[in-house]
Amino acid sequence: MTTAIRDEVRTFITTNFYVPDAGALADDASLLDLGVVDSTGVLELVGFLEDKYGFKVDDAELVPDNLDSIARIVGFVERKRA
Amino acid sequence: MTRPDRAPPPSLDGYLARSAARLPDKAALACGGRRLTYAEIAGAAAALAGALAARGVGRGDRVVVFMDNSAEAAVSFWGVLGAGAVAVMVNPLTKADKLAYLIADSGARALLTEAHLAPAFAPAAARSPGLAACLVAGALDPARLAARPPGLGAFAAALAEGAPPPPRRADPADLAALIYTSGTTGEPKGVMHEHRGLVAAAESIAAYLENAEDDVCLGVLPLAFGYGLFQMIVAFAVGARLVLERGFAYPAKVLEVMAAERVTGFAGVPALYAMLAGMASIGGYDFSSVRYLTNAAAALPSKHVGRLREIFPRAKIFSMYGQTECIRACYLPPELVDRKPESVGVAIPGAEAWVEGEAGERLGPGEVGELVLRGPTLMRGYWGRPAATALKLRPGPGGGERVLHTGDRFRLDGEGHLHFVARADDVIKSRGEKVSPREVENAIVAIGGVREAAVIGVPDPVLGQAVKAFVVLEAGASLSEKDVQRECQQRLESFMVPKHVAFVADLPKTDTGKIKKTGLA
Repeated sequence: MTTAIRDEVRTFITTNFYVPDAGALADDASLLDLGVVDSTGVLELVGFLEDKYGFKVDDAELVPDNLDSIARIVGFVERKRA
Repeated sequence: MTRPDRAPPPSLDGYLARSAARLPDKAALACGGRRLTYAEIAGAAAALAGALAARGVGRGDRVVVFMDNSAEAAVSFWGVLGAGAVAVMVNPLTKADKLAYLIADSGARALLTEAHLAPAFAPAAARSPGLAACLVAGALDPARLAARPPGLGAFAAALAEGAPPPPRRADPADLAALIYTSGTTGEPKGVMHEHRGLVAAAESIAAYLENAEDDVCLGVLPLAFGYGLFQMIVAFAVGARLVLERGFAYPAKVLEVMAAERVTGFAGVPALYAMLAGMASIGGYDFSSVRYLTNAAAALPSKHVGRLREIFPRAKIFSMYGQTECIRACYLPPELVDRKPESVGVAIPGAEAWVEGEAGERLGPGEVGELVLRGPTLMRGYWGRPAATALKLRPGPGGGERVLHTGDRFRLDGEGHLHFVARADDVIKSRGEKVSPREVENAIVAIGGVREAAVIGVPDPVLGQAVKAFVVLEAGASLSEKDVQRECQQRLESFMVPKHVAFVADLPKTDTGKIKKTGLA
């Protein structure tokens, strides 16, 4: 996992959404389970990824496998940029 | 016509018992990759009823179910009823303070919840001395809890105890559910529904939607929402299958499930339909199984109707209107949706609806007044709030009866179809959820550095209405839009958090010093 991307994604999530204990948020924790993001949160997250990394997220890519944890988001960004 | 073997049961849980006896091996619920048969759900519900009874929960006691849309949540609802108790389904987005309020207000004896919601339920339960039991589904490490709830136990272990369910006295007039709703005062009120009222609503809805055993109903709305809960109740009433999803955060995932499960019916709100209508790459799925879509909470913009027809070519579209206080009030026969996209039609089967003027007179076509509903689905009242109940349930024309004053403004057209005109109060409808401006304002004013705040709803293409806050800061204070949103997120369900925050020097006031919202936009 690319450290720079991981840090950027983590910073975005912990500053834009309410995370009770940012330090304790594991990279593989489900953001939906923790109530960190909901349907509008997902759209905000996608907006951030598109702006920051310069790719377009297709509707069909809006699935938990790509977006539901910091590790999955980083993997998704890496695949999209590959 | 009702078949003799399909006569309405005396209590709501009679539906599950009947479907489990008739179709024990049918997959009743598909949720998160799991499938449960009717026999399994009824068995688990009976085991939960036994476990609750063993913990002192009995007839009329309230049990809060604070869970995501999950198999455990479904089992919990029916298990609570099986114990003769009253189910209080609470939105899983609820934060600790509000959950503690709901537990205290309802006087709940037990809390059923899920491990991943610990940040909210642990502090709330710890300051709820009335709770005799707190059963938690999923892997919970009690050592990591900030505070230990009273009567803490594991949900699965409690079901495995094998305590027999108490003898069921199915009394139609017993309370079955409290459904909490926000009003203008900002204090959520518990809407009391009796078994007979919920059974009447299920019969009426199944009749006009023509629900049958071969239906596969998709539920994406929270079970804490009357509209979401009735997806499950009606599905189980007719022996259909319920496909339960956690929400609509990942629309592509929901569409995949919809196609894979051959869903026949889907309940949505305008925000969900707007999201669907806006998806570019929806193709590739076969949605020929979908025979109906329902819309409630706000009008479905007619531009979406056309797009939905393209995506779901065989689906009838039902525009409906209801309130927590009556579950459902009216629906538009689907053949009229193209001609009258703005109408919500006629009263649901078994009910009567009319438009009333200031003096209590019935108004004719074209005149705007309050929608009044008479029928068997009305609430018993608001839990512990006789004054608020008396405003809403008032003497009806029949003498000795009470009818529901919806508070909403409607008019009839020349063909007897109802049209929603406006809400009488200033409750905002965002994403299909009710947002009390007062509740949001209270949360914003509690932020350090805020002097006053006013909250309104502004039109939003996806949300229906978006929450917008006007904030006046104390001299010298400095807060950003994000700061306000983050603070709100700690106190409010996420759908209440303002999407827009505008900082202003002052708010317009009336002569009596009240904030005047008509000037805000």
